[in-house]
Amino acid sequence: MNKTSTLYRLLSYTKPYKIYLFGAILSAIISISLTLYGPILIGNTIDLIVGPKDVHYTKILEILIIFGLTIAISAFFQWILSILTTTITQKTVKDLRVDAFNKLNTLPFKYIDSNAHGDIISKIVNDVDAVSDGLLQGLTQLFTGVITIILTLVFMLSISPIITLVVVLITPLSLFIASFIAKRSNKMFKEQSKTQGELSGYIEEMIGNQKIINAFDHGSASINKFKEINSRLYNCGVKAQFYSSLSNPSTRFVNGLVYASVGVIGTIYAILGTISIGNISSFLTYANQYTKPFNEITSVISQLQTALSSSKRLFDLLDEKSEKGDLDNSVNKTACIGNIDFSNVCFSYNNSRKLIENFNLKVQSGDKIAIVGPTGSGKTTLVNLLMRFYDVNSGTIKIDGIPINNLTKDNLRHLFGMVLQETWLYTGTISDNISYGKRDATTEEIIDAAKKAKAHNFIMKLPNGYDTLVSEGGSNISAGQKQLLCIARIMLVNPPMLILDEATSSIDTRTEINIQEAFNKIMIGRTSFIVAHRLSTIRQADIILVLKDGKIIEQGNHDDLLSKNGFYKTLYNSQFAIN
Amino acid sequence: MLKIARFLKDYKKQVILGPIFKLIEAIFELIVPIIMAKIIDIGIQNKDISYVLKMGILLVLIGIVSLASSLTCQRFAALASQGFGTTVRNELFSHINTFSYKEIDKFGTPSLITRLTNDVNQLQFAVAMLIRLVIRAPFLAVGAIIMAMILDFKLSLIFLIATPIIVALLYIIMHKSIPYFRSIQKKLDKISLITRETLEGVRVIRAFSNQKHEEARFNDASDDLSKTAIKVGNLSSLLNPLTYIVLNLSIIAIIWFGGMRVDVGGLTQGQIIAFVNYMTQILLALIVVSNLVIVFTKASASASRVNEVFETSSSIIENINNDLILNLENNPFGKALELNIDNKIDNVHTDEHSSKFTHNIIPKIEFKNVSFSYDASEKYSLSRDLKSIILSESLTQPAHASRVSLENISFKIYSKETIGIIGGTGSGKSTLINLISRFYDASDGTIFMDGHDLKEYPLSQIRRKIGIVPQNVVLFTGTIIENMKLGNPELSNGEIQKSLEIAEASEFVDKLPDGYNTLLHQGGKNLSGGQKQRLTIARALALKPEILILDDSFSALDFATDAKLRNALKNQVKNDTTIVIVSQRIATIRNADKILVLDNGNLMDIGTHDELFERCDIYKEIYLSQNKSEKEEN
Repeated sequence: MNKTSTLYRLLSYTKPYKIYLFGAILSAIISISLTLYGPILIGNTIDLIVGPKDVHYTKILEILIIFGLTIAISAFFQWILSILTTTITQKTVKDLRVDAFNKLNTLPFKYIDSNAHGDIISKIVNDVDAVSDGLLQGLTQLFTGVITIILTLVFMLSISPIITLVVVLITPLSLFIASFIAKRSNKMFKEQSKTQGELSGYIEEMIGNQKIINAFDHGSASINKFKEINSRLYNCGVKAQFYSSLSNPSTRFVNGLVYASVGVIGTIYAILGTISIGNISSFLTYANQYTKPFNEITSVISQLQTALSSSKRLFDLLDEKSEKGDLDNSVNKTACIGNIDFSNVCFSYNNSRKLIENFNLKVQSGDKIAIVGPTGSGKTTLVNLLMRFYDVNSGTIKIDGIPINNLTKDNLRHLFGMVLQETWLYTGTISDNISYGKRDATTEEIIDAAKKAKAHNFIMKLPNGYDTLVSEGGSNISAGQKQLLCIARIMLVNPPMLILDEATSSIDTRTEINIQEAFNKIMIGRTSFIVAHRLSTIRQADIILVLKDGKIIEQGNHDDLLSKNGFYKTLYNSQFAIN
Repeated sequence: MLKIARFLKDYKKQVILGPIFKLIEAIFELIVPIIMAKIIDIGIQNKDISYVLKMGILLVLIGIVSLASSLTCQRFAALASQGFGTTVRNELFSHINTFSYKEIDKFGTPSLITRLTNDVNQLQFAVAMLIRLVIRAPFLAVGAIIMAMILDFKLSLIFLIATPIIVALLYIIMHKSIPYFRSIQKKLDKISLITRETLEGVRVIRAFSNQKHEEARFNDASDDLSKTAIKVGNLSSLLNPLTYIVLNLSIIAIIWFGGMRVDVGGLTQGQIIAFVNYMTQILLALIVVSNLVIVFTKASASASRVNEVFETSSSIIENINNDLILNLENNPFGKALELNIDNKIDNVHTDEHSSKFTHNIIPKIEFKNVSFSYDASEKYSLSRDLKSIILSESLTQPAHASRVSLENISFKIYSKETIGIIGGTGSGKSTLINLISRFYDASDGTIFMDGHDLKEYPLSQIRRKIGIVPQNVVLFTGTIIENMKLGNPELSNGEIQKSLEIAEASEFVDKLPDGYNTLLHQGGKNLSGGQKQRLTIARALALKPEILILDDSFSALDFATDAKLRNALKNQVKNDTTIVIVSQRIATIRNADKILVLDNGNLMDIGTHDELFERCDIYKEIYLSQNKSEKEEN
């Protein structure tokens, strides 16, 4: 996508606010032309104040009244212009943000799993802000700047073409200087922000892990590295700041040149009788104003470039391929028995490494399937396929004889209740979180679900019971309690099938007993897939799937697998024989 | 704000000379309108073109001098402000490095990072503005008024009326918008919070098909933000038109009353033009001043945040007078030896359980009546209260005990013992570890290492004695080998290889495309949890520590690796090393020489697995709960 089309696409976001935009343009033209008309009126009055005993009060009064009116009207339209620009900007920004966020909800898991979350958040928060600051406000400035320049030229020409010519001849100097400075400082700014980023990254890593740094007595080494990056930041910081601060004095200098030339030439013309003193006054004001928009435009252009690259990043996100939609003729499945049939399923996350090849499995209603294997062996892959977080490359998975691709994703996912190792709660009350899967649940239903999940007791001990706010990341409740809440969430929905991750490494023993009891209770009569860590679950399972390096290498029940003398046996011995 | 100014002392020259050069420019700027008035008045009256040209050249000269002095000032400003920022950052970072856990906990890592980056940048910007504008802008405003007074005192009264009005306008609008800016920041934080939650919870959200709900939440937050932004935008929309009106009404007044003054011969046409000019200058200067107020308000907030860090000193006071303390094991005739014999008599009870180690009289680590409580700072008290309620209920302990993280703990660990520490979450296991490494100081009681008070050691010596594998896996950006050398840059490849082997990590490291030189992205994202954990174990082993602390360090390992690793530790490390293993699982620690059972900050018992199973109820309870299901089946 090139710059023009990015810009065009961004502007298309302002379409719903066309009327505002039109109003803004109109207000800009009115207020700028009236503002620029002011100096002419002032000049005219000055011509009426010739000297002692030579002041034409009535005519001055007339002009001043007109001047007063132009001030009032111009001020009014300045105000309108500003309000309209703010509104357009903010509304567009909001639309952009909401679009980007809604896009997230349609993106395939591959994108979300493989991109740094901080990066995506930064797109939605910072890049959108950069777009609003740079592009929209920048465009307004650009637009008003251009109008000001054109109108000033027109007004100046109407007074004296020759002096105007002088002004026009000197101005390119200003442009030249400005662009020279911009080029130098842009390079330095890039360097500076790169180094600043490097420094921030370093700080984050070192301070975030200060405890380790201390434990390994690595402090002085880390300070030295910091100082090294910091001194590089100093070098480019000084240059960036100096170059960019050149633009104001330089423009003032060019301004001074214009001012002096206008004054001198104007006065000479006045001596020759070609123009009046009032004309000189108007010209001086114009000369002062004329270089300002040039200065603004050059600074806006670099701002525009940052904003354009931000909006490009944003559009890249918006242009990511969404998850495949549901089939048009999807079946809506309400009742579910719980027979699952994998036939010839092949899957890999990327083409280079095949994970699941020709996997076949028949699961009867009510079966418990234990998934075991070393850490990192890809136990979540099956969960990903069942829930259609990822789609199989070939083969089919059928639920009660219906291929899962023929169900809508919503429908399919409602058939499973899922409790994962990473407990996820959002900032809201405890009862908001329990009713996450059934938003219209009554208080009784919520409490009932919590009781079933053995969560009721601890909830009641929280300061505000069910109305206690779960703070960001759920830091006010323990990991085990979070897990109980996640179970309660499932209890409330009462799904026909289950996916459970038993991992309890960070949970204290007492809570763990509760969780285990809750798990056992919820599994009764339901087809369940369990990422299993406890021997009891594994032994009780109807089918054990043994994973290694992402592949299902063995399957069968406990005794079968033991008698096979394969990987399962090694695993089993290493885990439990020790005890 | 003034306290932070001490970092400017290396830049005295720039800070003083910078504004002076700026002042030169400002003075010339004020003279220009008067010269222009002269050109018009004298030049036209006398029809003297050579005078006009002469004055024109003067104007250009003034312009050049202004430019030169202004550039000098900008150069000074850049040098001083960037230099200032660099110094503050260096000092601040070094200072933060002296912090103990306690201080870091107090501030929180994200806050420290913001202080070190954004706040320092804010201050740096303020210094630049100080040099460039603080003198110039007010000087221009006041100067313009004075010049006007000199030209014509009566007419200058208009300035004296208009200026306060403009100041009042600026003040009111700024005063009203600042609270909005704060709430905008908060609302923006909410937006990023919801985004983060959605990304992290993507599986749950889609499993419940709750995308619409998240979209509605986000839309509300966005809408809220946008409304506030529009409100503040509308408020500041008033600023330009209002000042424009005041400015132009003053110009009308200047022309009207100026006309009268010209009528009576008190003023000339050119001077009226100069007046109009000064009026514009005042407005511009005042707008700059109002921006400066914002810059300095922000900067003073930043300064106090930065100062807060500087004023916090580490609660761990290092004994810098002492050189390294000789290992008493090799020096059994030291004074501390006798002292320790007394201790031994006091603690016969605990020593019984490790009779086979008593030949070594001096314990490697000894806790003597140690209590510890975290600083109950306001910020964390809420969550801790909450936790204390939960804990106290479930563990049937009095609520007041929850604040005391460890209470009156005494025990001895002898050299080359393997010690297990077990207990539920919140029982104080990690706190105990933190005390051994002197990340915190005990609130009460004394900790001895090799017979010396821990506080007598230089911190670096303690850290060299102890190799720690933290609960949370932390690796740094850099190659695997760089990570291995974290504690000792001199390590040879052979030593590293050996530790990787013991940690069961050499196999997978060898398989990586770049082997030891594989680059770990931040936090080692390109490795699995178990692989990372093995690397952190190897990193600690590589230091050949006298004491190896494993703080719940096997959680991400599968059972096979876990077992292999424990075997390797037993065979290759145990013989020269005191090992402390913290765990929630009995299986991990049941073979330890001694097991410490912690419960809610109290040391319940010490003993071997069999002893504890016999006499310690809590231990038995934990054991049974972890083995219940297995037992039932057997």
